[in-house]
Amino acid sequence: MATRAIAIEDVKTGEATEAVYEHPLVVRLCHWVNAVALFVMVGSGLQIFRAFPSFGAKIPQKDLLNWPRAFALGGWLGGALQWHLTFMWIYIATGLLYIGYQIFSGNYQQVLFVRRDLPGVWPMVRHYFLFGPKPPTREAYNPLQKHAYTSAIALGALSVLTGFAVWKPVQFSWLAWMMGGFHWARLWHFLIMWAMLAFVFGHLVMVVLHGWNNFVSMLTGWKKDPEYRSE
Amino acid sequence: MSSRTDSRKFKAISRRELLKLAPVVALGAFAIPRLQKPLLKTGLGFSDWASARLFRSGHLAPTFAESDLTPFDKYPINDYDVDDPQVDFDKWTLTVTGEVQKPGDYTLAQIQALPKFTQNTRHVCVEGWDVIGRFGGVRLSDFLRMIGADPTARFVTVECADDYYESLDMITAVHPQSLLCYEMYGRPLTREHGAPLRLSIPTKIGYKQAKYLTDLKVSHVLGKAGYWEDQGYSEFYGL
Repeated sequence: MATRAIAIEDVKTGEATEAVYEHPLVVRLCHWVNAVALFVMVGSGLQIFRAFPSFGAKIPQKDLLNWPRAFALGGWLGGALQWHLTFMWIYIATGLLYIGYQIFSGNYQQVLFVRRDLPGVWPMVRHYFLFGPKPPTREAYNPLQKHAYTSAIALGALSVLTGFAVWKPVQFSWLAWMMGGFHWARLWHFLIMWAMLAFVFGHLVMVVLHGWNNFVSMLTGWKKDPEYRSE
Repeated sequence: MSSRTDSRKFKAISRRELLKLAPVVALGAFAIPRLQKPLLKTGLGFSDWASARLFRSGHLAPTFAESDLTPFDKYPINDYDVDDPQVDFDKWTLTVTGEVQKPGDYTLAQIQALPKFTQNTRHVCVEGWDVIGRFGGVRLSDFLRMIGADPTARFVTVECADDYYESLDMITAVHPQSLLCYEMYGRPLTREHGAPLRLSIPTKIGYKQAKYLTDLKVSHVLGKAGYWEDQGYSEFYGL
């Protein structure tokens, strides 16, 4: 895919830099709206969890963890359900719009982790975690990044599917069955949230490490001084 | 592919692109106290609307083997007020009103004369726990036919001896698994579980399974949706 690029000349110093259009508007909109929705879904989800913080029998009830109210949203079960059942539609809508746009625009190639990316994963891991040399960058995302984003999108889809199995175990009895039954669907829904939070944590760390220009690109679409050259 | 520009123009381009994200700010409306309540009410209403569309009359709730039943003593006793509202069984009747041809007081014997159905189904609480119980009773659809309920009516509402109240949409009420239940685990209902008559609606959430029924009304419009619904819980809450 051809990348849109601009050569920029500084009006004061005359220095030349380059900027690449990395994130189309639809992607940026979906990213930020979905980020808010995810925050609400996790907060309200944890408040809902507080009503029955267990995955076993009701009698005798063995609580798993007493999640503090300060890190939950909605105040009470009914309030949290209102948030959860409202923002799930926003979460789903941005997810579908994003996936649809990526497929039809061809932009999915920027993020989708494919077999060709496999050999590049280990050198990236070595660079990030084991002080290895930095592998050369040729595209917007390195193989490890693609892996992380593709996983996050898969987790998003799974969070919706497990959510539907918990919300509608009768109408979607086949979904609940595929997940090992209603109890398992509820447990999967919970575990997928933690996996998603692990992604968000790693994502935020990388945003901080990669600096201002990288962060701004998700706001304006344009990345100044990219590490790779436009083609 | 490269075009050229100067840094001032690039700043203008960037600013324009940033402004295009303005719709994201609209989500901030949820943080404004005056708007939050109506917005969440609309969201919950949309969820209920979608739930009603997702409901399939011919789709049965999963049923379970005897070995899957939650032991009777591990079946929670839930109520909002008292376990036993002291129903006088000798004087008990179900008072039927609303859009029906034969309103009046129906005795338990009259109700039990209808064909009996027994089913092992899951009871899901809004809190997140669930149990599988054995429920016996008559189909609500049979009873509605017996009392001559208007088939175009949209709601069935019930009132209870403990002043609890609930509602069902008509499509759910006439679902073949929707029972007026007088037996659990093969024995007459105990007082704690809603004797002499309760609802067992396996396609609905737990708080719709009203106990100690005293009144049943068929109507075109919904008055009060239910005890928990009126405090902000989902009105439809189909499973």
